[in-house]
Amino acid sequence: MTLAGGHLLTILIFLPAMGALALLFLRGDDHEWIRRLALIVSLVEFLFSLWLVAAVPIGSAGYHLQEFHPWIASPPIHYHLGVDGISLFLVILTTFLTTVSILASWKSIHLRVKGFFAMLLLLETGVVGVFLSLDLFLFFLFWEVMLLPMYFLIGIWGHERRIYAALKFVLYTMAGSILMLVGIVWLYTISGTFDLPMLQNMLQTGFLALSPRAELILFLAFFLAFAIKVPLFPLHTWLPDAHVEAPTAGSILLAGVLLKMGTYGMIRFCLPLFPNASRRAAPFVAVLAIIGIIYGALVALVQPNLKKLVAYSSVSHLGFVVLGIFAFHTISMQGAVFQMLAHGVSTGALFLLVGMLYDRRHTFDISEFGGLATPMPRLAAFFLFVVLSSLGLPMLNGFVGEFLILLGTFQVHANWAAWAALGVILSACYLLWSYQRVFFGEAANEKNKAQPDLSPREKWILVTIAFVTLWMGVGSADFTRRFAASCDAVLSQMRRPQAYEAISIRPVNPAHTPESPAPHPSAISTPTERPAR
Amino acid sequence: MLILTHLWIIPLLPLLGAAANGLFGARWKNSVINSVALGSTGLSFLAVLELLREFLELRPEQLPLPAQKYFTWITAGSFRAGFDLQVDQLTVVMLLVVTGVGFLIHVYSTGYMVQEGGYYRFFSYLNLFMFFMLVLVLAANYTLLFVGWEGVGLSSYLLIGFYFLKRSASDAGKKAFIVNRIGDFGFMLGMFLLFRTFGTLDFAPLFARAAPLPPDSFGQFGTLTVACLLLFMGAIGKSAQLPLYVWLPDAMEGPTPVSALIHAATMVTAGVYVVARSHILFIHALTAMLVVAVVGCATAFYAATIGLVQNDIKKVLAYSTVSQLGYMFLACGVGAFSAGIFHLMTHSFFKALLFLAAGSVIHSLGGEQDIRRMGGLARKIRWTWLTMLAATLAIAGAPGFSGFFSKDAILFAAVGGEHAGPWLYAFGLLTALLTSFYMFRVIFLTFHGKPRFDEKHVHVHESPKSMLVPLAILAVLSLAGGWMAAPSFWGGSDHFARFLEPVFRHTGAPEAASGAATEAAGRTLELQLAGVAVFTALLGFFVAWWFYIRRPEKPKRLAESLRGVYTTLLNKYYVDELYAAVIVRPLVWISTTVLWQRVDDRGIDGAVNGVADGATALGDRFRRVQSGNTRSYAVWVVIGALLVLFVIFWPLLGPALGLVHRTL
Repeated sequence: MTLAGGHLLTILIFLPAMGALALLFLRGDDHEWIRRLALIVSLVEFLFSLWLVAAVPIGSAGYHLQEFHPWIASPPIHYHLGVDGISLFLVILTTFLTTVSILASWKSIHLRVKGFFAMLLLLETGVVGVFLSLDLFLFFLFWEVMLLPMYFLIGIWGHERRIYAALKFVLYTMAGSILMLVGIVWLYTISGTFDLPMLQNMLQTGFLALSPRAELILFLAFFLAFAIKVPLFPLHTWLPDAHVEAPTAGSILLAGVLLKMGTYGMIRFCLPLFPNASRRAAPFVAVLAIIGIIYGALVALVQPNLKKLVAYSSVSHLGFVVLGIFAFHTISMQGAVFQMLAHGVSTGALFLLVGMLYDRRHTFDISEFGGLATPMPRLAAFFLFVVLSSLGLPMLNGFVGEFLILLGTFQVHANWAAWAALGVILSACYLLWSYQRVFFGEAANEKNKAQPDLSPREKWILVTIAFVTLWMGVGSADFTRRFAASCDAVLSQMRRPQAYEAISIRPVNPAHTPESPAPHPSAISTPTERPAR
Repeated sequence: MLILTHLWIIPLLPLLGAAANGLFGARWKNSVINSVALGSTGLSFLAVLELLREFLELRPEQLPLPAQKYFTWITAGSFRAGFDLQVDQLTVVMLLVVTGVGFLIHVYSTGYMVQEGGYYRFFSYLNLFMFFMLVLVLAANYTLLFVGWEGVGLSSYLLIGFYFLKRSASDAGKKAFIVNRIGDFGFMLGMFLLFRTFGTLDFAPLFARAAPLPPDSFGQFGTLTVACLLLFMGAIGKSAQLPLYVWLPDAMEGPTPVSALIHAATMVTAGVYVVARSHILFIHALTAMLVVAVVGCATAFYAATIGLVQNDIKKVLAYSTVSQLGYMFLACGVGAFSAGIFHLMTHSFFKALLFLAAGSVIHSLGGEQDIRRMGGLARKIRWTWLTMLAATLAIAGAPGFSGFFSKDAILFAAVGGEHAGPWLYAFGLLTALLTSFYMFRVIFLTFHGKPRFDEKHVHVHESPKSMLVPLAILAVLSLAGGWMAAPSFWGGSDHFARFLEPVFRHTGAPEAASGAATEAAGRTLELQLAGVAVFTALLGFFVAWWFYIRRPEKPKRLAESLRGVYTTLLNKYYVDELYAAVIVRPLVWISTTVLWQRVDDRGIDGAVNGVADGATALGDRFRRVQSGNTRSYAVWVVIGALLVLFVIFWPLLGPALGLVHRTL
C-alpha cells in the first residue's frame, strides 16, 4: 500500500487548502482564472479521492492507508488518519459535491470571488479531515475548522438574513461541540489517549471499562454535538435558516456533506465507544428520529419557500438515517450509510436546481413560479428526475437507502419501521405538490415565460448527477459491499455478551414450530455471513 | 430456446424505445418516433409469442422454470434483491395481455395522438410503462416486482399529467401517485414482514417455505394473515379498490389510449396479479381471503352504482373498470384464482376496446365527452359503433361473448367455491345487472336516438384506419376470447384453467378440482347460474332500452323524484369531499399552524432565540460592571482575591473546622 507515497490521506486533506492558498496569489479581479484554478484543484482532489476505492478491499473492516505521527507529546495527540468503507464514500461524496458546487457558482458569484472559492476549498479540507481523522482531538480540530468557512460562506455570500442565519448556524454547532470537547477531554482523563482505534481496542479487551453513568454522560456529550449537526428533531431549527440564506454552493455542501458529519460521528464514535449507553438511548433516539421524519415532511409540505421546503425535507430524510443507525441491525446500518450518500447526491442536486431557478428569477417563492415546464423543459425534466430519486423511486438512489433502513429496522422493531414508513407517503406529497406548483400549468407570471433553459454547463453537471443517481439506484451493490464489513464491525463492537438479549430477535409468529422450514434471519449477521457476490 | 433463456429481451426492448424517443424524439419526425415505439413494442410482442411457443414445447418435468438471475441490485446482510426474471403459466398470460393489448394501443395512439403536442414524450412514456409492466410480471422476487409496481405508477403519473398545462390533469396525476403510495406503504410493510418470517423475498424459496405451514384459521391474525392484508393494501391502491379507488376516475384526465392501456387493461390489474402470484400465502390466511372477497365484491357493487348516473363517457368506463376489478378480487377471495385471471384477460380485451372506441367517438366529435351531447352516431361512425357494441355485449355478459364466460366463472365460484357465500353471489349478480344497464345506457345515449349535438358545427367523421384496425382486432378478441376457457358442457375444454392449473394447484380451485361425483351436480348448478346471469343481463338491457329509447323523458323524472339518491350517486357519494375534509385539509392546517408556526417558529426557535436573548441580556449586565471607575474595579479585585483564596484553602477548611469543633 504505497499509494501516493503512503500519504494519500494527507494529500486529500491539504490539497484543497493548498489550492485556497494558491488562489491568494491570483489577481482579485481575474475571476476566470480564480474559478478555473478552483475547479482544477477540486477535480484533482476528486480524482485522488477515487483512488481510495482501490485502497479499501471489499470485506475488510479495518482502517486503511493509516498515517500515524506524534504531534503533541503531552497530552499525547497524534496525527492519525485512516479510511474505512464508511468514510471512503463520504470522502468521495465530499470531493464530488465540492466540484459540483464550484461549477454551480460559476456565474452566480460576483462579489469577492477569490474569497468565495478559497472558502469552498477550505471547507473541503475541514470536511475531508473530519472523515479521515482517527484521533479524537484531530477530529475535533477539523470539526471546528469546517465551521469557519461555512460561517463566511453564509455570512458574506448569503441572502437577506445571512448574518442571523450564519450566527445561528455557528452558535448551534458550537453549543454542541463544546459538549463534545468536554467529552473528549474527560474520555482522555479516564483512558489516557485520544486515539480512536486504541480506545476501541481498550474497550473491546475490557482494559477500559466505563461506569454506566459515565458512559451515558459521555455518550450524551458526543451525541448532542452530532444530533445538532444531523439535525435531529428538535435541534433542527438552524437548518432552514442556514439553507435559505446560504448561497447555492453552501446549501449543496451543507445538505450534501455537512449534515452527514453528524450521522458519521454517531456511527464512528457513539456506537463503538459507548455501546451500552447507545442501546439505552436508542428508543428515545428512534422516537426523535421518527418524529423528525414525519414532522419534517409535514412542515416541508406547507412551506411557501422552495428552498426551505428542501431544507425541511432533509430533516425528514436524515431522520431515516438516524433511525437506521439506532436500530442496530446490519441491514438498516448499511441502509443508513447508503442513505447518507444518496441524500447527499439527490438533495445536493435539488439545491443545485433550486439555485438555477434562483439565478433566473431571484426568488425562492413557490407562488412566484408556475408553468416553468414550458419555457424550460430540460430543467423541468432533470428536476423531476431528482424529485423522483428523492421520493425513493426504485432504481434510483433514494429508494435503496430508505428501503434497507426500513427493512432492517422492521426486523427488530416493526413498529418503528411502520411509523417511519409514513415518511414514504409524505415525501411523495410534498415533492410532487411543489413540483406541480413550480412547473405545471400555464406560465401565468410574465417573468416566467422567457426564461432560458439549461446552459451547457448546467446541463453537463446535471447529466453527471443523473448518471450517479441512476448508478447508485441500479448498482447499489457496488457501494454496499464496500462498506458492509465496516458496518458489521461497528455492530459487532456493540455486541458484548452482557447485553446481547437487548438486540436478539423474537420470533414473530408463535405458531412457528421448530420443524417449520422458516429460518429467522438472525438479528445481526456476523461479518462472515455476507453473501458472496 | 431463444427467449426462454433470454427473458431480459422482453422488457429491454420497450426500455430502449423509451430511452431513444425520450432523448432524441424531440428532433425526430413522427414517422421515426412511430417506428421506434411500435417497433420496440411489436418486437416485444413477437418475443412473447415465441416465448409461448417455446413454453408450450416444454416437457412437464422441466417446469417450473428456475429464475434467471442477471445481477444483484441490492444486497445488505442476509438480504439480496436481484434483477431476477422468471416465467410460468401466469406470467405467460400476463405477458400476452400486456404486450398484445399494449401493441394494439400503441398502433391506435399513432392515429389518436397525431395532432397533439409532445408526441415523442407520449410514446416515450408509453414505452416506459411497457418496460415497468413487463418487469412487474416477470419479476422473480417481491423487490423487483416492487420496481415494476412503482414504475408503472410513475408512468401513470406522467401520462395522466400529460396535458400538464391543465390544472385538473396535473392534480389527477399527483393524486394517483400519492394514493398509490398509501397502498405501497402497506405493500412495503408486507414485504418486510415476509422477509422477517422467511428470510427471503424470492418467490420460489419463499413460497416453498410457506406452503407446508399450517394455515391461519379464521379470525386468527398470524404472520401470514397480516402479511397478506398488507400486500392486499398495496393491491387496493394499485387496482383502485375501496377505499383507495378515488384516483382512477380522476386518471381519465390522461389521453384516452392511456386510459385504455394503463387504467383499464394492464396496470390496474397489477393488484390482482400480485394477489394471484401470492396465492400460496393467501390460502394460508382465511381472514385475508375473506377481506379480499368482501372488498372486491363491495367495490364491484359500489362503483357500478356510481357508473349508473355519470355523464362523462370516460367516467362511466372508469367506474366500470373499478367495478370489474372488484370482480377479479372477488374471484381471488373465494379461491378461484384462475377465474380471476381469466376475467383479467377478457376484461383487458373488452375494456381496452370500450375505451378505444370511446376515444374514437370523442375523436369524431372533436373532443366531446358528455354523453348527453351525443346520440345518433351509429350510422355515422359505423365501425366504432359495431366494435363498441361488441365490447358492451362482452362486458354485459351476453352468451358466447368473452365476459359471459369469465363473469360466470366468478359467480359460479362465489356460490360453489371454497370460501363462497350467498351474499357475495347476490351482490355479484346485482352488479352484473347494473353493469348491463349502465353500459347499454352509454350505447343508447351515444349511438342511438336523436343527435343532441350541434350538427352544423360538429363534423362527425370516422376515425382513421390506424385506430379502427385495433378496434376490430379487440372486437374479435372480445367476442371469441372467452371460448378458450369455455367449460366442457359449453362444448369447450377449459384450456385456460388447465393451462394455469400448475400455478394454482395448491388452491384446490373449484373449476379444476371438481371431482367426478360432484361434477354432474356442478354442471346443473352452473347451467342454472348461467341462466340467471343471462336473464340479469337481459333485464339490464331492457331497462336501459326502456329508459333511453322508449321513454327518454323517464330518467329525468326518476332523477327528480329520487333527488337525494341521484345527487349522491352523481357526486360519487361525496367521498372525494370527505377525504379532503377529513384528511387533506386538517393535515395541511396542522402542518401550517401547529407544527410550522407554533412548534417550529414560536416553540423551538422561540426557545433558541430566547436563550440567545438571555445571553445578550446577561452580557449587557456584565458590560455595566465595566464602569471605568477605578474604585469599583478595586472592589472587584478584592472580591476576586477572596474568592480565589477561599477556593485554594477549601480543602484545608474542613479539617480546620473539625479541629475547631473538637477543641470546643
